[in-house]
Amino acid sequence: MAMFVSKYLPMSFDRIREKLNILADAAKYDVSCSSSGGNRKNENKGLGNSHASGICHTYTEDGRCVSLLKILLTNHCIYDCLFCVSRKSNDVKRAAFTVDEVVELTMNFYRRNYIEGLFLSSGIFKNADFTMERLLLVCKKLRLEQKYNGYIHLKTIPGASDDLIKEAGLYADRMSINLEMPTEAGLKLLAPEKNHADVIKPLDFVQQNIVQFAADKKLIKHVPKFVPAGQSTQMVIGATPESDKEIMYTANAFYKNFSLKRVYYSGYVPISNDNRMPVLGTQPPLLRENRLYQTDWLMRFYGFKVQEILNDANPNLDIDIDPKLSWAIRNMQHFPVDINQADYKMILRIPGIGVMSAQKIVQARKFGKLRIDQLKKIGVAYNRARHFIRCADSPYQLKDYQGTQIKAFILAESQSKYLKTDNNQLILF
Amino acid sequence: MIYIFDGSLPGLLTAVFEWFERKPGPVNLMLTTVFQPDAFTEGFTVITNAEKADRVWAGLQKRLKKDWLRKFYCTYLSEIPDAYQHLFQFTIYIFQSAPGAQSNYGNDHVMALAKYAKSVEREKHRMEAFIRFQKTGDGMFYAAIDPDFNVLPLISNHFKNRYADQQWIIYDLKRKYGLYYDLQTVEEITVDFSADVNQKNPATILMDEKEELYAVLWKDYFKSANIVARKNTKLHIKHVPKRYWKYLTEKQPG
Ligand code: SF4
Repeated sequence: MAMFVSKYLPMSFDRIREKLNILADAAKYDVSCSSSGGNRKNENKGLGNSHASGICHTYTEDGRCVSLLKILLTNHCIYDCLFCVSRKSNDVKRAAFTVDEVVELTMNFYRRNYIEGLFLSSGIFKNADFTMERLLLVCKKLRLEQKYNGYIHLKTIPGASDDLIKEAGLYADRMSINLEMPTEAGLKLLAPEKNHADVIKPLDFVQQNIVQFAADKKLIKHVPKFVPAGQSTQMVIGATPESDKEIMYTANAFYKNFSLKRVYYSGYVPISNDNRMPVLGTQPPLLRENRLYQTDWLMRFYGFKVQEILNDANPNLDIDIDPKLSWAIRNMQHFPVDINQADYKMILRIPGIGVMSAQKIVQARKFGKLRIDQLKKIGVAYNRARHFIRCADSPYQLKDYQGTQIKAFILAESQSKYLKTDNNQLILF
Repeated sequence: MIYIFDGSLPGLLTAVFEWFERKPGPVNLMLTTVFQPDAFTEGFTVITNAEKADRVWAGLQKRLKKDWLRKFYCTYLSEIPDAYQHLFQFTIYIFQSAPGAQSNYGNDHVMALAKYAKSVEREKHRMEAFIRFQKTGDGMFYAAIDPDFNVLPLISNHFKNRYADQQWIIYDLKRKYGLYYDLQTVEEITVDFSADVNQKNPATILMDEKEELYAVLWKDYFKSANIVARKNTKLHIKHVPKRYWKYLTEKQPG
């Protein structure tokens, strides 16, 4: 059972170390790391459970959450996708874990509270089914032999048979399959052997099963869980020339059509000197990636339609200001908003007011008209919000400022702070 | 007027009870341990009384839903003197107002509780994230912490539910007590560490033989997961403030 015994088998320890280094390194470009949406309880007195909100156990030095042991089963691959470090033609060291090694690592990391669970992906070796079978085996061993109830995020291998995918869904909390490039044209450019249809088919199949299991659960009590944390996907940003509008319209369509829990945007980190790609050493577009995430949040939590933020007149997001402020400045006819009167939806659209503050405002104003000092205490970023609101003691304003003037005020106020905090990102543009 | 109380939760609730008995006007709460009598202010010593405390708590339970009772408790666990004062006045405010007064975020005490509770919940969450167990030779998983707030009572269930099939100890070095799970229940314990034991890192001879190996693998993993081209130290430190690094296996040298 023991994977290695230190004193007697130092060789095998070194080998495991090497494998982990290779296979974690190859997996890290998949940015999704969320362990959220799970609801598995530890009912069999085994190990682990999962929370709706998930836990980040640490953060990498680039500031990303680490909640899962994110590894490939192997980085051997029969494909040659240009944007991928594991592509067949790339000259890198190859390695493959055994099924037991992955199980052992997961259990031991989990027991020490290093991780929330396992994120298992793989290069495609031999064929899709052969790969999917091994991934499935890891899940089954963890769940059935080890009584492990921690989080499992499993990659769906495109082209794997429906039976295997469906069985995997019984053990995984989340499944994902990456669109890779935001448009079919972009994908064709860098991975001629691939197409979006191969991604859509399994996404759709899993989604249909999620719906089916949920419907059965209403009728019959003991229906097993099926991908309880839902599906997600990832798009690589900046490797191909899509506009922000194209990216977010694709994201929007996938949220709608497949009820995705998350779409991830991964700024392309150059790993190839092929002339179809940004050259090696180009900085990844981190600020742009950040603006896309902000847009994603506005769509999911702030009631914005994607068309309000990105359209033919505005096909790309502003780099100097966030998309919420940008929308407000383009739509000054909606402002100023009376904090003590406006409905929740409109308050949510005010720059400088987040979901928590908006909720507090609508509760607190029942007790009397809110003043500036109260808004500040509630957590409103008043310096930003003041251009867009009226409250009980708002100073009388002689003239209406134009959106562009307000933008200038806000930028002037926040510029110094902005430059300090985002220094390394700003230089890029 | 000064009310002197013993710092316990029942003590604080008793203080509220006594206030309603006497209605002495504005009152400052003070801990027995810090109160120094002087000739100018009148002091009243609150004698903690379980019955009186229970009545006040029952009254709060009638007026507040679970979420606010939790905020109340979390604020208490912050162990901050100002927080005790706000709890005291918040309770009086709730009893003197129409139902629903806790939603009045324009009120100082409501806002203060919301803030204290948020900090305490944040640290609770951080402990659930940053605690690292080390496996000892006898199969016990051990972690030592010294949190800003008294969060052990808040994290107990999380670890009990999650690590149901392993024995564990989480020890608060600052408050000198810990939680011990024996595969059935969680108990509070105190440990007399003999002088030669390093409490944070019970000496390596006590460790499971594979402990060091997994620590090395985890450190390796942490390094591999980083994307150098995306380095962002500011963001990193914002998420993992330096004072927590001492807990983290991946932040130890080697
Ligand atoms: S199939 Fe997957 S692992 Fe293989 S080269 Fe393409 S993206 Fe990389």
